Parts: sequence; structure tokens; C-alpha cells
Amino acid sequence: MSKEEIIAELKNIITPYSEETIALQSIDDDTDFLKDLKINSANLVDIVLDVEDRFNIEIDNDSMAKMLTVKATVDIIESKRQENAG
Amino acid sequence: MDNKRVVITGLGVCAPNATNIPDFVHALKNGISGITHQSDLEALGFSCQIAGKPPLTEDRIAQYFSPLELKNLNSTGIIYGVIAALDAWENAGLKLSDINEPDWDSGTIFGTGTSGIDKFRWAINKIDDMEIRKLGSSVVVQTMASGVSAFIAGKIGLGNQVSTNSSACATGVESILLAYDRIKSGRAKRMLAGSTSDSGPYIWGGFDAMKVCNYKHNAEPEKGSRPMSATASGFVPGSGAGALVLESLESALLRNAPIYAEVLGGDLNSGGQRGLGTMTAPNPVAVQRCIKKAIDNAGIRADEIEVINGHLTATTKDALEIENWKAALNTSKDKFPYINSLKGLVGHCISAAGSIETVASVLQLSEGFIFPNVNCEDLNPAIADLIDESRIPQQLINKQFNYLAKASFGFGDVNACIILKKYNYE
Repeated sequence: MSKEEIIAELKNIITPYSEETIALQSIDDDTDFLKDLKINSANLVDIVLDVEDRFNIEIDNDSMAKMLTVKATVDIIESKRQENAG
Repeated sequence: MDNKRVVITGLGVCAPNATNIPDFVHALKNGISGITHQSDLEALGFSCQIAGKPPLTEDRIAQYFSPLELKNLNSTGIIYGVIAALDAWENAGLKLSDINEPDWDSGTIFGTGTSGIDKFRWAINKIDDMEIRKLGSSVVVQTMASGVSAFIAGKIGLGNQVSTNSSACATGVESILLAYDRIKSGRAKRMLAGSTSDSGPYIWGGFDAMKVCNYKHNAEPEKGSRPMSATASGFVPGSGAGALVLESLESALLRNAPIYAEVLGGDLNSGGQRGLGTMTAPNPVAVQRCIKKAIDNAGIRADEIEVINGHLTATTKDALEIENWKAALNTSKDKFPYINSLKGLVGHCISAAGSIETVASVLQLSEGFIFPNVNCEDLNPAIADLIDESRIPQQLINKQFNYLAKASFGFGDVNACIILKKYNYE
């Protein structure tokens, strides 16, 4: 799965948690979940669970704490997928 | 201290026999039952396999909750409570605030017995399966007792007191009296009062095991809830929510709000589980005292009460309740007020009973009718000895009247009684 495909999937996962439609449309590496998408911080754990289900990976607490931007999240997804592949 | 007059300006209901006010009025007048057979209770081997559950479609629910909220929503009590509360708010001519400033003058006291029992069960199973990390963020807000008032407050933007009360089957009437006190003392202009109760086997199971539910009418659900009947043999479990907007009279008049009725006063007490009172049985001294104090607080005479909406659950205690009313009102067999019980139509909605039944009481006062009692064609002879049969209408009576007393009693030996008056525009 390419990086672009991962971002597209991530966008689908995040959409129900954000009411910032314009920021959602222009989502990129630098998009911050709390600042740009105004996601309720309590919902970050739900996004992590959805990401785990979609990408069939398990995300540890330390990685979870870093998942605040699109870039950090994509990095974590890619590295966990590589671990699974290996 | 302030001493404001308090009126009711909005009503909402999510009952087993109707989930909006016009349908509820129709169901009351025509004796339409909401008791149905429950296949899940049968499959689980319940003695009582009938119950009252509000019929709601997914489309209806989606009008009150965002897609994100619906994603993991598994709390029937919160669904019923939010629907009844938002309908009452709109019925009062009020809007959901879209501004950033909370409405400091409005709050809610919305009661429940438990919250999100199905959600709780799901979470417990996850934890026991070593999957705690899968719980997500929705467990706490749906299983905290105050989940229902928190959801309601967030949707409306309430900035005054936001709380959930709990006093078993007296919860609903208690919520209204707590809201009344807050407005009367000038600490809020309006309060959304009400209560809710979850549906399903995990909320009703404990009662089934206590053998307090009726197991003799599984084949004819609508005949199962039989308040005041000689064949009353236990209550039929129900669920749902009732909601009322209480408001200071001056606030209601200022904004030309519809006024359904005035809350004159009431009382809350307990029998202390002393005398004849126990965890599950009422102390008659306390019940009578609660009714008398309520009438005193309302500033009227006992003989002015024209209609009683009783607790009357359809157990052997119905006759004792009538005896308590009769003693408290110090009245005779013939002069006893009209009395009815909603439970014949919806069952015993547990923590929601008092609020759903108060909504029915307010509608009777404001529209001028007394709804018929169903399933007591074989009146309990012990009740017929106490009061004249004509006092227990089995046909709809169209009649304007001014004063109604409503009481609810609960486990823990707790009592709540409220006195309502028809509002006559001056």
C-alpha cells in the first residue's frame, strides 16, 4: 500500500470525528488532528482502534501517544505493517 | 429568598405505547397498550416474557444523535431520555443553542436507575476477554449514571445545574420536584426535568428473579399489566422516558410560552425502613405523611384534589396504596377522587415511571380528560371495599378539572408526591 493510499484510508477513518470539512478536504502530512481537524481528544483512542482494524496492526501505548498528526500516524502505520510483513 | 411560581411549558415522552405527545394523548384516551411479547426474554427463560419498550426506528433516533455518537451507542436509556428531553424543549418553544455561550439560566435534573446496561455488559465481556484496550472512549459516558443528563445538556447547551438523580421508582417525580425547588428559589429560570430507564433482559432480570413480575399472561401481553385488578399478579416491566420543561411563571409569560399546568408543590420522604417499611415494602406512615405534606406545601385542602394518578403497579400492594391515599386525604368511600394508573398500558417503567406518568397527568389536566383504567374489569374486592367503583373509571371521562395529585414510591422505602394545578390564563 502506497503512502497516498494510506492517507486516503486514514481520511475515511477520521472523517466522522471531525466537523472541519475544509481542513478534511485538504488533508496532508502536516495536518494536526487536534489543531486543524478540531477532533475531541477523547476520540483519539477511537481513531487508533479504527486504524488497527483497518490496517490489521496493533498499536502500542507509546506509538499511540505520538499519533497526533497525519505524518506521525502514517509513519507508525507503515512501520507496524513492515513488522507484520517481517 | 425568592418564591417563584413554577409552571410546565414543555412535554416530551418516549413511552412503550407512544413516542410523541399527540400519539400519547391518543393512546391514553383510547386505552392503547404498549405491552408486547419479548422473544429475547422467552429465549433466556424469563418467567415474565412480556414488557413495554418504546417503538423507535433508526431514522427517528438519527434525528437526535450525530453519526459519530451513533457509532458506538448502546444505551437505550440515553436514547429514550435524549428523545423525550429534546422533544420537550422544542415543545416549549425553545431552541438548541448554537452559540458558544452556555445558557446559564437553564439546567436539567434527569434521573435514571442505571445507565447503558448493555454497554456495560459489552465492556465487562471485553475486559474479561483481556481486551481492555478495545473499549474506546464511549464506555464511560454511556455507563456513568449522569450520562443521560450530560448528553441532554450538551445538545441544548445548558449552563445551570446539570445532574442525574436516582431514587428507584420514585426517580421521575423526584426529578420534577428537585427542578421545581431550583426554579422556585430563583436559582434557575427553567429546568428540564425527567427520567429514563433502559430496556432489556439485563435491567429486568433482577425483578424477574424476585418473582415480582407477572408470569401468567405471556400469551396475552396486553392483558398482563392489571393494576387494581383481583387478578393482578405482579408488574410488567417497562422502559422509556418522560420529560417536562419547568419554568418560572414570569419567564414563561415573558416569552409567551404555552403553559400546560402549574406545579403547586410536593414532598419527598422515606419510611426509613422502619415500622412496616423495608427495603422493598413501603412504610404506610411515611406514604401518608408524604401525600399530606405535599398537599400542605401546595397550599390547598385535601378535598380539593379531584384526580389521583397513582403508583399502582399491579401487585398485591395496590389495595394498601388506595388505603394510604384514603387515609392521607381523610376522605370517604364516595368522596374519594378519581384515580387511575398508567401502568395498565405501559407496564412499570421503573426509574422512568414517575416522569412518564407525570406527563400523562399534565396532559389530563391541560386537555380536560381522565384516561380509563384498563385490565381492572375484575376490580380487586379489597379496593372495592375502600372506595366506590365509580372512582376508578374504566371509560374515558371528558372533564375539566383543576387539581391532580401524582405519587411514586420506590425500593428503599422512598416516596415522592407532586400536586399539579390546571393553569387558567388570567
